Amino acid sequence: MTELTLKINGEDVTADVEPRLSLADFIRDHRRLTGTHLGCEHGVCGACTVLMNGEPVRSCITFAVVADGTEITTIEGFDDDDPMAQLRQAFHENHALQCGYCTPGMLVAARDIVTRLPDADEDRVRLELAGNLCRCTGYVGIVNAILSVIEKRRA
Amino acid sequence: MKSAKFDHQRTASLEDALAALGSADGEARIMGGGQSLGPMMNLRLAQPDLLIDISRVGGLDGIEVAGDTVRIGARVTHARIEDGAVPGATGAYMQFVACGISYRSVRNRGTIGGSVAHADPSADWPSALLALGGDVIIAGQDGERRTPLDGFQIGPFATGLGFEEILTGFELPALGDGAKCGYYKVNRKPGEFADAIGAVVIGSSPRAVCGATEAAPFRVTAAEDKLAAGATEISVADARDMIAAHDPGFDDYDLQIHAVALSRAVGRAFA
Repeated sequence: MTELTLKINGEDVTADVEPRLSLADFIRDHRRLTGTHLGCEHGVCGACTVLMNGEPVRSCITFAVVADGTEITTIEGFDDDDPMAQLRQAFHENHALQCGYCTPGMLVAARDIVTRLPDADEDRVRLELAGNLCRCTGYVGIVNAILSVIEKRRA
Repeated sequence: MKSAKFDHQRTASLEDALAALGSADGEARIMGGGQSLGPMMNLRLAQPDLLIDISRVGGLDGIEVAGDTVRIGARVTHARIEDGAVPGATGAYMQFVACGISYRSVRNRGTIGGSVAHADPSADWPSALLALGGDVIIAGQDGERRTPLDGFQIGPFATGLGFEEILTGFELPALGDGAKCGYYKVNRKPGEFADAIGAVVIGSSPRAVCGATEAAPFRVTAAEDKLAAGATEISVADARDMIAAHDPGFDDYDLQIHAVALSRAVGRAFA
């Protein structure tokens, strides 16, 4: 077992974990933050995307012990976050989800797109979304939602 | 799937990491960003006994230009390179390559040194850096040594790195403004591992690489000769013959997509 100290959604957390425990399983099973979803568990589908020190990472291929000393933000930690509030509303208005399995990771990736790439056009948004699989929507609603938020933030 | 059991050791310095590597029982693996090793461990294709975590070791994430070389630390992430952290024409080429590696959330953690040390034949950096040329910098118990990128990768997931050595960085040529670079990756979806790679760098002399092979990426000498003689394009038909001459064991489809990748890489270099 290895000791681990980190911040999750602003809360200080200390735990003793097995090295093989993924950050995603730590978040879900040990912290009961089940908004983070696990799809492929090898970094391809993007459902498990969370912020580590403000940058999106795959929590399924990042071991919890590696997150020692970092600040993690999961989908539950964006209540007071402006870009995420805009994205939530835009996803709602544009029917950007159906089953919702990809949505937590999709929103974290979308937040990265609208904050890092304020000039992104549709092609760029689609390229950036290559790492987040959605099998319901066909992406049209998701892309429109993200583009509408980029537009709003430009104003 | 979940990884098999392993021990984890955090290290604070390169000396710590080398000592841990030297005293390890069983299979020890160095992990920087863990974006290649992590998935392989989850799939249980890799089952190391000990993971030596160098993600906190200082001094491995520098980028410096010194004369006509650029020195890049092993732990520089793909995302930093994508964001333009490497200066000059070398940086512009590397920026283009970095943008196509997996996805941003992987690029935020994945490192250039990890990619080359891991030596997945379908990964981008082993081919892209071989086209640049330069040296790999390696730390061992007896200090630092360097070895050319030419010949460093000897097969799939196999390099010239010793069991008790750690890849610490690269010394790459700082290309002049007149240099021409082209990189082309064949894959079915952006960010995937490559089915074929063509990489061309025309600096002091042309270097042309065929990558994403069954083994290690290799330099296509006939293509380099033709570029050195002043050619500004290589047809797919010519590229097929040039690549086939190296006997890479490709079937007709593989030969075609690798020839297309090389031909289009040349096209991009002169675009």
